[in-house]
Amino acid sequence: MKEKIKLMIVDDSVIIRQAIHKHLKEFNIEVVGNAEDGKVALEVFKKTRPDVVTLDITMPELDGLTVLEEMLKIDESVKVMVVTALSDKSTGLKAIKLGAKSFLPKPFTPEKLRSSFERLID
Amino acid sequence: MNETDLHFFIDSTVNYFEEVTNEKATAGIPYIKDSEPVVLEYTGIIGISGKRKGSIYVTSTEEMLRTIAKLILGIEEVERGEIKDLVGEIANTISGNVRQAYGSDFMISVPVVVEGKARDIKLPNNIQSFVIPITWRDFKIFLVVCLE
Repeated sequence: MKEKIKLMIVDDSVIIRQAIHKHLKEFNIEVVGNAEDGKVALEVFKKTRPDVVTLDITMPELDGLTVLEEMLKIDESVKVMVVTALSDKSTGLKAIKLGAKSFLPKPFTPEKLRSSFERLID
Repeated sequence: MNETDLHFFIDSTVNYFEEVTNEKATAGIPYIKDSEPVVLEYTGIIGISGKRKGSIYVTSTEEMLRTIAKLILGIEEVERGEIKDLVGEIANTISGNVRQAYGSDFMISVPVVVEGKARDIKLPNNIQSFVIPITWRDFKIFLVVCLE
């Protein structure tokens, strides 16, 4: 059996964290960590070393783009999907330029989330 | 603020409901906020800085938030914490999405959530505030936009 994909979900909204977990359950995932702010996200990331991270941008303590850069310094192989309400093109381009593998604007439907995730792990 | 600005916010709000609930919401006619409080049971407030300055808030009843939270999570029972969280997330998403129109100089804060309908939210009194009533199913929420 294939190894489970270790997923970490970072968002300051508990509803969004729960929704992402619920909608991605059909994939072979194990949620190894959750975080509600950027600082906690980096601590959890160092401890759990996930394969994939869904990452919000507007968060307390540290914003998601800073967190993205720091995560990639720790592990350049991590696949990060930025999931944010900042849906303008320049934010998307900035995230990709910094090393995110995928950019999903909020609000998202379960279908959009699943298809972005599928492309990400492919 | 002008009519075009109001349309950005209306479109962003209507789109939120359509994407999240798969049901249409309709916007009523916006009006300038007078001294009457526009505050329901839960309010999510976003501060705006950068090219535009001011604040935006979304105010809703508990029942409406509970209904949407149940739809998002596909469960029958949601907790009060999740309801509070949702109103902040709605305000965050609506505000973040208007960056498509204003660009990345439109900076948004993390949401602050206020519980209780007894008092109004303080807004800068040197800037006009617009109230946009939104109807979804039989529920009504208000989006209040106060921007330089």
